[in-house]
Amino acid sequence: MLASLVGFLGGDFALAEDAAADAFAIAAERWPGDGIPENPGAWLVRTARNRAIDRLRRERAFAAKAPLLARQETLEEPEGEDMTIPDERLELLFTCCHPALGLEAQVALTLRTLGGLDTDDIARAFLVTPETMKRRLTRARTKIKLAGIPFAVPPDQLLPDRLAAVMAVIYLIFNEGYSPPPTRTELAGEAIRLGRVLAELMPVEPEVLGLLGLMELHHARRAARFDGAALVLLADQDRALWDHDQIAAARARLDRALAAGGRGPFVLQAAIASLQSEPVLDWAQIAALYAELSRITGSPVVECNRAVAVAESEGAEAGLAILDGVPLDGYRYLFSTRAELLRRLERIEEARAAYRRALELTDAGPERTFLERRLSELGQDYNMSG
Amino acid sequence: MQYALLIYSKPDMYDALSPEDYQEVHSEYMALAEVPGMVGGEQLQSAETATTIRADGSQTLTTDGPFADTKEIFAGFYLYQAADIDAALAVAARIPAVRLGGAVEVRPIVEMQS
Repeated sequence: MLASLVGFLGGDFALAEDAAADAFAIAAERWPGDGIPENPGAWLVRTARNRAIDRLRRERAFAAKAPLLARQETLEEPEGEDMTIPDERLELLFTCCHPALGLEAQVALTLRTLGGLDTDDIARAFLVTPETMKRRLTRARTKIKLAGIPFAVPPDQLLPDRLAAVMAVIYLIFNEGYSPPPTRTELAGEAIRLGRVLAELMPVEPEVLGLLGLMELHHARRAARFDGAALVLLADQDRALWDHDQIAAARARLDRALAAGGRGPFVLQAAIASLQSEPVLDWAQIAALYAELSRITGSPVVECNRAVAVAESEGAEAGLAILDGVPLDGYRYLFSTRAELLRRLERIEEARAAYRRALELTDAGPERTFLERRLSELGQDYNMSG
Repeated sequence: MQYALLIYSKPDMYDALSPEDYQEVHSEYMALAEVPGMVGGEQLQSAETATTIRADGSQTLTTDGPFADTKEIFAGFYLYQAADIDAALAVAARIPAVRLGGAVEVRPIVEMQS
């Protein structure tokens, strides 16, 4: 509803939000007595539009906001109960994730405008005060208006970059909700919802399907990822806790993406996550997919993951050899992975040192509990330099 | 909407160019001035020619040199009329200063209401 309003109002987010809030308030007042209208969605949009027009007229009288009303001069009141509601969520997504906005603003604006969270929820999820989040949103909306950030699906020559930006924002939201502390799982759910919206609106983009499949595959395993306060590795997870329907849905998406020729980063990651959900893991194939992902992204983090897969398929030595070439000094997974491989090779002293380095880089939480447990399993002199 | 495309260059950016390359860059700037929607623009003399005025109480203080002593120097601007920021960014990206190590800041112009 908000998307359709913002489009109608020439990209005026604040006005659309106010008008939508008005409409819901009127509905809450009238529907219990008058009954729910035949088409509640259309009713709400129509009411909100009328309220927006009222507001515009009021503001126009004060003439204070004259510049931002220039585009609304021609507004006509929509007629009829059964008008079609244009779906402008896609335009809205591209506006919220425009590169002229800072990444934090893109994330906040996307969640506020297209997600189901209010400003206080978003502030809590990103560990800032509601006032800070409100200022961030206001500043972003002001920039959209004053800098002329378009409310449109970008033209072909811009589309690949802009779509990548939208997907990056959605995936960032997902990861915010996926990492500990687990109190933020609502963000993972929101990201999946946004991913579904995007997949519905751009059904032929393989990377969009890949992104959604990837998030669903991870999300399907969420109940098995933690044992109390500790992180449970994939191999040790209780598969009965996995959401197998969601895994099946994600695989169907992935198949469509692959059939459409998708070989981008999200499709590859979804393919890896899918293989990791099989009863028996094909580590050689997982390693090959990581190699391809590493080639197209150039990411040292991916190399780190490839090392794990190679260690499983060719042995810990081969995995360690890859880790030696990864330039990631402050990356905790590099050290926890190295520690794990050294432990398997029974190079206990080196393993201890790597676990300690990983612990230095890890905040309190399930991952820390896991690493501490591993380190203590290595034997007595845990406390010697800890 | 109108946008100011504010061009920042590094002091020796153009000195490093061969005469042919400099000529090429110069004609690119001239060509951009002819792009449809370009409604104005000027190139400024070097920062060494700048003079800055401040007020110190009731006194006016005049100093030699630019206001901000920064690595990138404000070197000139275009005024561009465009439908939205994407169009302005596309033109800004074609300004030679961008690929020569400088930068272009895109700022909307405040539109006067009659």
